[in-house]
Amino acid sequence: MSFISYLINGISLGSVYAIIALGYTMVYGIAKMLNFAHGDVIMVGAFAVFTIVSTLGMPIRLGIIVSILICTVLGVVIERVAYKPLRNAASPLAVLITAIGVSYLLQNVALLIFGANAKSFTSVVSWSGIKLADGQLNISGVTIVTILACIVIMIALTLFINKTKAGQAMLAVSEDKGAAQLMGINVNGTIALTFAIGSALAAIAGVLLCSAYPSLTPYTGSMPGIKAFVAAVLGGIGSIPGAMIGGILLGVIEIFGKAYISSQMADAIVFAVLIVVLLVKPTGILGKNIQEKV
Amino acid sequence: MKKLQKFMSLALACTLTASFITGCGSSESSEGTNNATTENTAETSADSATTGTFKIGGIGPVTGGAAVYGLAVQNGAQIAIDEINAAGGVNGYMLEFKFEDDEHDAEKAINAYNSLKDWDMQILMGTVTSTPCQAVAEKTNQDNLFQLTPSGSAPSCVQYDNAFRICFSDPAQGYASAQYIGENNLATKVAVIYDSSDVYSSGIYENFYAEAQNQGIEIVAAEAFTADSNTDFSVQLQKAKDAGAELVFLPIYYKEVALILTQANDMGYAPMFFGCDGLDGLLAVENFDTSLAEGVILLTPFAADATDDLTVNFVTKYEELYGETPNQFAADAYDAIYAIAAALEQSGATPDMSASEICDLMKTAMTEISVDGLTSSNITWNAAGEPTKEPKAVKIVDGVYTAM
Repeated sequence: MSFISYLINGISLGSVYAIIALGYTMVYGIAKMLNFAHGDVIMVGAFAVFTIVSTLGMPIRLGIIVSILICTVLGVVIERVAYKPLRNAASPLAVLITAIGVSYLLQNVALLIFGANAKSFTSVVSWSGIKLADGQLNISGVTIVTILACIVIMIALTLFINKTKAGQAMLAVSEDKGAAQLMGINVNGTIALTFAIGSALAAIAGVLLCSAYPSLTPYTGSMPGIKAFVAAVLGGIGSIPGAMIGGILLGVIEIFGKAYISSQMADAIVFAVLIVVLLVKPTGILGKNIQEKV
Repeated sequence: MKKLQKFMSLALACTLTASFITGCGSSESSEGTNNATTENTAETSADSATTGTFKIGGIGPVTGGAAVYGLAVQNGAQIAIDEINAAGGVNGYMLEFKFEDDEHDAEKAINAYNSLKDWDMQILMGTVTSTPCQAVAEKTNQDNLFQLTPSGSAPSCVQYDNAFRICFSDPAQGYASAQYIGENNLATKVAVIYDSSDVYSSGIYENFYAEAQNQGIEIVAAEAFTADSNTDFSVQLQKAKDAGAELVFLPIYYKEVALILTQANDMGYAPMFFGCDGLDGLLAVENFDTSLAEGVILLTPFAADATDDLTVNFVTKYEELYGETPNQFAADAYDAIYAIAAALEQSGATPDMSASEICDLMKTAMTEISVDGLTSSNITWNAAGEPTKEPKAVKIVDGVYTAM
């Protein structure tokens, strides 16, 4: 029985990683950059909901919608101000370092506004969940909502990219920016749209993360952000189903590592798995092996 | 490349400014309160003002995850300083107090220490938490500056002869917890969830483990977590549940405990929860559902609802000035200032002496005094820096700490 319980917890933790990883992987796939500030956009999303719902006393649904809007705008602004001017810089490191700078900027601004005291986040899911096997097995409402949200988002994203014009434009930009521009695709607009979608996902991830683990500080997003990055690489960065698989695998490995090997070593195990996977399959589980033409 | 440099420097500058503003904001506010109180004391005791003042520095987290402790220490100490100054000071000399923020970070604590040294601090009342305290203890030992920590409980906080403490050490807390559980027959099957990356937590755990054997307590699960994995406790709780633990011992800080209580509630697990002084502050977590903490027991030397004159006086003053009920850390700091005053009086030190001369006198004086404080009556110290006093336990009933 405890095995099933661990498995469910693992999938629940993994679903949160997966939603964050979707944002990472989309931005990487299309703009070919690692947005290290993604984890902190999650934190901003969670604080937005906290402020609207707990401090201002507005309804939860309104809070989530406003939070998604705030994060979307924030994502586009970050891209326009901090990343776009560096897109054609001589070294790809430039934009990476800027992303780290943006990450610290967001953390410190949040520290300034909200202080570093941990705040207890009220779960947005009021449903208490399912009890199975005479109460031995308890699946919380947040867990179920997180897993469902993750599946819905993945399907919606896949459909969006494969079936809509904007999605096709994204695919084109990810393959060849120059050629896409020659075909009349608005490259800047497409990349901005990618950031908008990625950041909107971050807001949802923030709400679900803090509903499952209700402690909110300015540093809330940073560790899950790093783990989600690992998940994206594990699944094959740039691949949307890969992010989902990588996220859930990572969550399950983390929980099983804690449960059956050592609760202290959980993180070491997670990162060891990453190294092994990358040694065997450097592009990640679902990553495509694109040969660079010289 | 020029453009890149411009942007990088802009981004970095923004980050730096942001952190700078945060740092400044807090120290400014503490300075503000200091100035205000010094003016007060100057008015109330202008006639007894003598040639000098003793400069007492304080260090603790006023912002950051452990801010509840730092603020309590700052406020509690300020009350004691004002009382002593209003009553004519120590041997006629006034006390001056300045508090610096360390955000519960060893490196920042050293910076805070250095800036207090620039202010000509003669005695240090700090630091509040164990990890920064160890770092600062190295510095005070090098400088031979007298240090009294209100709440740094790790053994190495007082490993040098210039450092003393008010609170119990981690070994003493682990030992006392096991003894309390055993003697009051609270449980025989106990699970422990501790932070293996934190000296406070693992120190208590080791001694709890050693003493549990003597008390006939069976530790059915001992589960660790680290600073990087301190949000998901489902596995640790599940293991405790499967092992049939009647009591879960939590030698950790309140931030994680708030999460553990929520997650235990979600999975329908309701054992008895027992913790140490790190749980103090649990009820102050913003937006925390305090009904989850109902019945939690913690070992702490101070209960705000005690009815002795000293406690009532302190609690009334604290509530009046800061609008909240003081916790154990405020009481520790209050006692620390009174202990410093008593030792200064005993030693006959004067403000014109250097920090090192005062330190040499204080080392002997501390072992000779006895303080009737908030955290215990008749506290005495041995040369190793450890206090001798009685442990007490409080239980959370209807959202308030209640003496047991």
